[in-house]
Amino acid sequence: MKKFSYILIFLLAFSWSCNDDDFLDREPTNILLDHQVWNDESLILSVISDLYFRIPEYQTVDNWASYADFDEAFASNFGDYWRHKNNEWGYGDWSLWNYDYIRELNLYIQKASSELTDELDPAVKARFVAEGRFLRAVNYFELVKRMGGVPLILEPLSYDFSGDASYLEYPRAKESEVYDFILSELDEIKNDLPNDTEVKSRATQGVVLAMKSRVALYAASIAKYGVNTPSVSLPGGEVGIPASMADGYYTIALDAAEELINNGPYSLYEKKEDLSENFSSLFIDKANNPEVIFVRDFVQSERWDGRANLWTLWNQPWSGAEDLEGGRTNPSLNLVQSFEMLDNTFQTFETMSGGDYVYFDSPIDMFAGRDARLAGTVMLPGSKFKGKDLDIWAGYILADGTIVTGDEFGQRKELPGTDTPRQVVGFDGPIDGREFSAQSGFYVRKFMDTATGSGQRGLKSDRWWVRYRLGEVYLNAAEAAFELGDEDAAAEYLNVLRRRAGFTIDLTAADLSFDRIAHERKVELAFEGHQLWDMKRWRLAHVVWNGEQEPLTDQPWKADEVSTRVFGLWPYKYYEPGSPNNEKYVFKQVVPGQVTGADRFRLGNYYSFINDDIRNNNPQIVKNPNQ
Amino acid sequence: MTKIKLIILLGVVVGFLTSCEWDNYDAPGSMLQGNIVYNGEAINVSYNDVIFELWEPGWQLDIPIDVTVDQDGSYSALLFNGTYKLIIPSAQGPWRNNVNSTTGSDTVLVNLNGDMNLDIEVEPYYMIRNAQFSASGRDVTATFQAEKIITDAGARDIERVNLYIGKTQFVDFRGPVASAEIGGGDIANPSAISMTATVPSLTPTQNYVYARVGLKIAGIEDMVFSSVQKIDL
Repeated sequence: MKKFSYILIFLLAFSWSCNDDDFLDREPTNILLDHQVWNDESLILSVISDLYFRIPEYQTVDNWASYADFDEAFASNFGDYWRHKNNEWGYGDWSLWNYDYIRELNLYIQKASSELTDELDPAVKARFVAEGRFLRAVNYFELVKRMGGVPLILEPLSYDFSGDASYLEYPRAKESEVYDFILSELDEIKNDLPNDTEVKSRATQGVVLAMKSRVALYAASIAKYGVNTPSVSLPGGEVGIPASMADGYYTIALDAAEELINNGPYSLYEKKEDLSENFSSLFIDKANNPEVIFVRDFVQSERWDGRANLWTLWNQPWSGAEDLEGGRTNPSLNLVQSFEMLDNTFQTFETMSGGDYVYFDSPIDMFAGRDARLAGTVMLPGSKFKGKDLDIWAGYILADGTIVTGDEFGQRKELPGTDTPRQVVGFDGPIDGREFSAQSGFYVRKFMDTATGSGQRGLKSDRWWVRYRLGEVYLNAAEAAFELGDEDAAAEYLNVLRRRAGFTIDLTAADLSFDRIAHERKVELAFEGHQLWDMKRWRLAHVVWNGEQEPLTDQPWKADEVSTRVFGLWPYKYYEPGSPNNEKYVFKQVVPGQVTGADRFRLGNYYSFINDDIRNNNPQIVKNPNQ
Repeated sequence: MTKIKLIILLGVVVGFLTSCEWDNYDAPGSMLQGNIVYNGEAINVSYNDVIFELWEPGWQLDIPIDVTVDQDGSYSALLFNGTYKLIIPSAQGPWRNNVNSTTGSDTVLVNLNGDMNLDIEVEPYYMIRNAQFSASGRDVTATFQAEKIITDAGARDIERVNLYIGKTQFVDFRGPVASAEIGGGDIANPSAISMTATVPSLTPTQNYVYARVGLKIAGIEDMVFSSVQKIDL
């Protein structure tokens, strides 16, 4: 009997548990399922946020040392001196092949546009889909800039485990096809996005137009200037765009830029009286900034999870540093001397006059009368940051030409004929080979946060990284108009920016040349990550960075002057008691001691190397030229 | 008992000493060397710039072995025995590749079995002939002839010629202490080109320099050079 009841209980338990299907069918507690994610606006937002964070970039405030790869800046940091000792860039530099990200974007687009999201408001759904396609276009733009034409994969691909993966092999599209794809995507998504200047870290109609002008301009100049480098092309068009397509792309670039300038809600940032301060505030003012279009924003809470903006911490002047960090990015004299005088003329810095030094009461006087953007981009000797005076001077020069200096910040020594030690070098250097000192004679100003505490390791900065702003759109318009032969319009677009920089004499159509356009981009967009791509699309990179150790150019207005090494300009104090020039400042042009190499851009650098592994996996991928 | 311990210990020691030999693959031991030549004469190029590729078919993945050509046109590579395909990529070197009679293309088949000398014959656009260097005081003068080798439809112009003077025997456009340049259009007579450069004072002092002349062909990235010559000042 006892046995019987055991069996009965056992059987009952067995059959009950099987009836209860839900008992086994449990919702996972550690992941969210599709129907949970795609019904909820805030969860979809977190999916797309993750994708926004993964936009690939090269020179940004997150990657300060990349600015020292060319001639814009010196890297004042022990671990980065190699950037000035090397002679050439590897063929694989700037290489990118992130099809994992593209797959995730394609999955995102597929799901966001499927019936999973049907319960959302149609406008909200359309916006989410458009954002996915925007990011995919951004990524293809990043790929085509670096690699040339790449396979256009527009839906998530899956392997069927049949043992033959050859149906997943796609050949490279033509370079022009990738550009055309990006442009058509931008056109199609534009009306699904908001047109709101307050939205800066997500896609808007503004960034679509700004990006369209940039993308079309790149394609146009590759088509136009590709003739200068006939060997940088592939027979299948994966690299190189036919010259006949140039005008079409320039027209698209001009139309998009004009639409944004004339009908868009953005305007140039003109809030401050002081024009230099105005220019530097443009990049750090997060309250109602009318010029900034699209950013990678850093928020307060990110300070604690390691993603904060470290630019200010890394680059703050050593003399006023809030922590034991700073001074890394030192803008080069090559860049500094490119800023014009306010009467539209160019002048290099004259340190000698008739065998004698040129003397200045304050080192800042050397830089007087120049483009206001200079002091907005670069911290000059004799200026202030966060209310503190900079202390940039390299030592005392005695009447006989000997130099008394130190190898510690602000070191004290006795000068000849005195017995009281005095400071013989600035607290910001420059001290040759001393990291964090201003080894070019300058510190960087652009993107530097003026808030107290932004230079502390524990706090860091919450300022944003500006990817697109209206100023660049004006330059895109000017370049496109110039290339299409409308020099009056081009001059006017440049003048808008130049008036904001303090120029009172407008440029006329007769003043315009390609050099002018290229120069204006150099000074307006310094440290905004444009230099490499601009030099590549103009096919000037192998001319300007030709590997020869030439002296610093005295023609800074020319776009094709050789500039392979970083130069510096060091202020010294003059010491000759009794002389009227005692304690006045003089200058010397120097090549920092760490600068031993001369940059050489080989023809094979125009389009980065596609890995052997990639080409082994997909034999349809052809190699880039000249490698 | 101690005897067994000793034998075990001996075995371990012998194992230690010999196992490396056992485990490891042999290092590549066959030397492939030679020059890039035109009619038997080596073509001088800039250092670390010109490469060619060796491919060994039959493996699962295709990854080339890059062989760098030295300044004097020589090369060498330590390889395993095997059959290789030697390819000079089209953008490498100041020359046009010859068609190989065996393969019917510019690929050269290399059957490597032990050390091997192989000169690779190519057709340069120009050769620098009879380069003579002389010094008077600190002026170094070079005279040479630029002989145009390719004169058919593929002929190319001279973009410029340069005299480079360096402190070390690595002499080209990278960091010469003195140099001179004549643009291609300014060359009156290609078979009598003369150039002079003045050597500045050198630190640390040295009473000799190395010099050579280079010729840049329009539309070709790599220059062709004369051989490097040491000059006493």
